[in-house]
Amino acid sequence: MKIEDLNKLENEGTDSLPSEERRNFLRFGLSITGVFLGGSLLSLTSTRNAQGVTLNQFDDAPKYPYKPHYSMIILQNRCIDCERCMEACTKTNNVPSYGFRTKILEQMQTINPTRKEQVFMPVLCNHCNRPSCVRVCPTSATYKNKTNGIVMMDYKKCIGCKTCMAACPYNARYFKEENRAIDKCNFCFDTRLSRGEKLTACANACPAGVRNFGDISDPDSNVYRLLHRPDNVAWVLRPETGSLPNVFYTVG
Amino acid sequence: MINIFAIADSQEESVATPALNRITLFFALLALVGIGAGLYAQMVGHHHAYANTRELPWGILISTYAFFAITSTGLCLLAAISHIFGGNQMAPLANRMVFLSIATIMGAFGIIGMEIENPHRMLIYNMLSPNLTSNIWWMGTLYSMAVGFMFLEFYLILNKQYKQAVTLGVMGAIAEVLANTNLGAVFATQAGRPFWYGAQLPIFFLACAFLSGAAAAIIFTHFAFKIRDIELDETTFTGMQTAGKVLALMLFLVSVATIWRFIAYYAGGEEAARVAADALVSGPLAINFWVFEITFGLAVPLALLMMSGLKSRQMMYYAALLTLIGQFVSRYDLVVAGQIVPEFAGWSGMPFNLRYMPSITEILVTCTGFGIAGALFLIGERFFGRTFGEGSSHH
Repeated sequence: MKIEDLNKLENEGTDSLPSEERRNFLRFGLSITGVFLGGSLLSLTSTRNAQGVTLNQFDDAPKYPYKPHYSMIILQNRCIDCERCMEACTKTNNVPSYGFRTKILEQMQTINPTRKEQVFMPVLCNHCNRPSCVRVCPTSATYKNKTNGIVMMDYKKCIGCKTCMAACPYNARYFKEENRAIDKCNFCFDTRLSRGEKLTACANACPAGVRNFGDISDPDSNVYRLLHRPDNVAWVLRPETGSLPNVFYTVG
Repeated sequence: MINIFAIADSQEESVATPALNRITLFFALLALVGIGAGLYAQMVGHHHAYANTRELPWGILISTYAFFAITSTGLCLLAAISHIFGGNQMAPLANRMVFLSIATIMGAFGIIGMEIENPHRMLIYNMLSPNLTSNIWWMGTLYSMAVGFMFLEFYLILNKQYKQAVTLGVMGAIAEVLANTNLGAVFATQAGRPFWYGAQLPIFFLACAFLSGAAAAIIFTHFAFKIRDIELDETTFTGMQTAGKVLALMLFLVSVATIWRFIAYYAGGEEAARVAADALVSGPLAINFWVFEITFGLAVPLALLMMSGLKSRQMMYYAALLTLIGQFVSRYDLVVAGQIVPEFAGWSGMPFNLRYMPSITEILVTCTGFGIAGALFLIGERFFGRTFGEGSSHH
């Protein structure tokens, strides 16, 4: 059929398409062109600037190996850079002024030749399922908690070789002089979760619902529902490193 | 039963001159100054004394450590090959190479001990809490084992127990090769650093070990005869020529590896690797790369060796010296370029090339390696010089 003939056909709309079809179409497009971000198609840019995969791209039934499998879903378009998350993190976890466990990055992105948009991107430890920091640590000072998958630190074992800092694809680690050890986000495990709190300090402080924290292995959880919305597009940072992060980005 | 060797048999009295003592003292002081700088850094905190940052945590101390460790591997391997296959022409240099392999790895240990923040915890938790997936753990463990083997080997050589020495030499060489490729893998398995990531670096490091080892063998043999103020005997000169052949071959192979590595960066793959390669080819590291690493480190020495036909001791010495300078800069370039592109380049004003300039303290700590290796070389010539001169093949 020629394209002129196609134009003559009546548009049936997308409403009648089964969800599976739409999902397949979306996935097909994304795997070729890049990432759908805030309504803008950022194709032909490097993966560093336009990282993203559709959820389930490689596996239709994602397995969450931990219970609870802690995860954070970041609704990126809601972030207004108020930095309350950073403030709460610093206070809760005694983060010194020269370091950070989480940060809001910003970038002026070109939407089209006449329009630019300020984009904010909260970043933190991705508590990867294949954490390069854990693999490289010579003394197991950093390790993945076998129950909940949180990447933690045993400060007293840290020799300060900084290999984990070099290996982390997310710049999530810094050397804390006070501990003479590497420090990093542990989803507030020692300061909040182990004391019965349900949310991390940053998620609790966020006024815009950007940071959503919970057990992604639980289909009734907020994070599961946010990530598994029909036709939802979510992405992770630097998927090319194979780190399998547990911090997902999406819009909403 | 092992006899305690007699120092009188091994020492070289002709080296015991006041001038040589002063030079030995100079190197010892250099090492002490470096150690002092390292202690100072411990006291004020590495973040005040060293120029490394969160985004660029490794600098000249890691690269200089790698430089000495790689040189040590090369010396150990060339010595082991000479000893095992006996009768080959490099054998006259082999005993000296064993000792120098120990001297250079001691230089490497000196530097890394001051590079890491908590060396005391390393001693404890490397044993109590090992992580067998960590290349750093394997590298440290294997280099330590290699040193143990080589100490024993050298002791046996001094006692003229050559058969057992060869066995220890082989064990030392195996430990050194495994340690060396683990050192390569420390960088090569970091998927988050695309400039390093890939299968080439471990074999590249091994090739650089042969290159640096051959160069070091020539340089130290040259000085060993210079301080005695005598001409090289024929067998030693032939040994040096064989080291020269290894040097020429490895200069060629490392050049080939370097060329294809860079072509691969530009052929595709991750953008960050290309941006890092740009830093070397046309960016802030370009002078290091083109002038020191490529021109003086690879091309000129190869040309000198070819033109002189390995007939001139002086030319071989110049070629070897340039090679080692090139290798030193090459390690620095590799370490810095691998981290020069920040994870979130372009976000929050993060540049595409981070800046790193070693601090004075870091440069002083670097001196530790040269001080230790230099002082040990001269002490070795003084007390074990005759053993080095025996130049036996232990086959």
